[in-house]
Amino acid sequence: MEKLTFQFETNRIAGGERKQAIIGVVASGNLEVLIERTLPPSQCHIEIATAAHGFGPVWEAVLSDFIARRAAGGLKISINDGGARPDTVALRLAQGVRMIEEDS
Amino acid sequence: MTAWDTQKKARSRRIEAGSRFAQGKVVSKDDLPRFLDAVLSAGDRVCLEGDNQKQADLLARALAGLDPARIHDLHMVQSGVVLPEHLDIFDKGIARKLDYSYSGPQAARIARMLFGGQIELGSVHTYLELFARYFIDLTPNVALIAAVSADRDGNLYTGPNTEDTPTVVEATSFKGGLVVAQIAEIVERVPRVDIPGDQVHFLVEAKKPFYVEPLFTRDPGAITETQILTAMLAIKGLYQPYGIRRLNHGIGFNTAAIELLLPTYGEKLVLKGQVCTHWALNPHPTLIPAIEAGWVEQVHCFGSEVGMDKYIEARPDIFFTGADGSLRSNRAFCQTAGLYACDMFIGSTLQIDLAGHSSTVTTNRIAGFGGAPNMGSDPHGRRHPSAAWLKAGAEADPHTPAPLRRGRKLVVQIGETFGDKNVPTFVEKLDALDLADKLKLDLAPIMVYGDDVTHIVTEEGIANLLLCRDADEREQAIRGVAGYTDVGRGRDRKRVETLRERGVIRRPEDLGIDPLDADRRMLAAHSIKDLMLASGGLYDPPSRFRNW
Repeated sequence: MEKLTFQFETNRIAGGERKQAIIGVVASGNLEVLIERTLPPSQCHIEIATAAHGFGPVWEAVLSDFIARRAAGGLKISINDGGARPDTVALRLAQGVRMIEEDS
Repeated sequence: MTAWDTQKKARSRRIEAGSRFAQGKVVSKDDLPRFLDAVLSAGDRVCLEGDNQKQADLLARALAGLDPARIHDLHMVQSGVVLPEHLDIFDKGIARKLDYSYSGPQAARIARMLFGGQIELGSVHTYLELFARYFIDLTPNVALIAAVSADRDGNLYTGPNTEDTPTVVEATSFKGGLVVAQIAEIVERVPRVDIPGDQVHFLVEAKKPFYVEPLFTRDPGAITETQILTAMLAIKGLYQPYGIRRLNHGIGFNTAAIELLLPTYGEKLVLKGQVCTHWALNPHPTLIPAIEAGWVEQVHCFGSEVGMDKYIEARPDIFFTGADGSLRSNRAFCQTAGLYACDMFIGSTLQIDLAGHSSTVTTNRIAGFGGAPNMGSDPHGRRHPSAAWLKAGAEADPHTPAPLRRGRKLVVQIGETFGDKNVPTFVEKLDALDLADKLKLDLAPIMVYGDDVTHIVTEEGIANLLLCRDADEREQAIRGVAGYTDVGRGRDRKRVETLRERGVIRRPEDLGIDPLDADRRMLAAHSIKDLMLASGGLYDPPSRFRNW
């Protein structure tokens, strides 16, 4: 199991009021994303536990695009990865942010 | 004096030798080994019928059981190297040389045997190319074929899976060759005559149907959200603007997703009757919901598909059917139809390089070509216009005056940027090149050449290669939809943005598609059972797909 952490600054604050959202499942080729609104609005902290080693640069690229495209300020995101492909990771992250924007 | 009828005399000798083990034309299963030993000679060119679907399995087993001391050095010319016996005959020294087209299930073993030198490789062909050579320089001396039933005169009923049989028989029987058919049973009168009896010399009663692989069945339950996204991009970004009515689909999950989105997403875009009306396609179970919703006018088939026969019989307005009511398929005609009368081929692949060349060869597997390169190529012999063909031609070549400009067939590669086990689809160098090196082949086995590819669709968007004006632009357009692969991350961001402004690259948001809308609920069927229900119970899925 490899652990990776990324810290981003952003001026796009996550919308909505919900405190927490969880999406996806821990399964081969899939991932579970837990999102908590616990940080100052200009920060986004992402922690990854992954079964696939050596993909640090790919994670960094996927997460940088995610921060640029979606409003994730104030969110602490924990990812439990079962070797998901980057497209699945990007999709789950986007789904998670949409979820936390919804009314609780 | 020159003898002008040596081939006919050779056939007469084969018939005489074979008749010792036959009652009329009928050879019993028990006599099959001795019969084959009698009609074959060392060095014969033999076509053993089999492709990606149907197999002359009884005859394949019998051939593999022959004594290599007597029958050896056969030159096999056949569509498919699919059954273990197809390679056993090389292991045993019964056959030496091979010209073929497709080797999906035996891809790993055929690679080992080619490296090991047990097989002398002629060439790996596309289907139409191999069929063409049956009539020019690879005409079989003996054809071992498969049919459903026969009468005692040798009239054959090939049923829904006619496929390659008429082509193989035509080339063999009219050029002095011997035709031997395995059939499930002898009947008084065949339901329809697919092959006339005077072209068939011997019949072997197998007592059971020939084997057919359900290669074109895709379980809707296995379609991912990313595949749905690529399907939405294709429908809205290609089918709609080009008005694609006549087309062929590959067998992957992305195109299965397109088929299942027509009655839902396609309906929302008001595309019914505007796209996907005429097909060169096997009877894909995933097309059932679109057919039932009235999207499809007609479908011509290469072969049938396991479980689809009753559904097809009940929809003769859609499919080509015989006097007996069942499907008539014909691979050579359908390949020709797909090549000349379709405006689009769209399919998936395993590797795409920076020039857009694609290949399904990976280092240790040689899957062959099948029909994809015939479908996935721009036929320069085409002369009839269509809106889609003209539009694509104008995009590729805006400067030539319209009356002198060739149109272009759309050849689309669709897939996710990463395949199974996180293997990238986009590569700097194709594995096919390493393979060609190792085997000292003149040509690397390329499935679809880059200059035939017009569009690449991934979850990152659509790259329109018709609009690229040089190799550099093309490379950046491909990198631009290659996502987080090394190839994708190696893109020049500024140039990719310029290409996007020109519409060479179109992202989901440029087409008004939110990736979050790519939801499995949008599929017109979610399981094989749903497909069965959509068919009104007429589709009878093979047991391996029944999980309820």
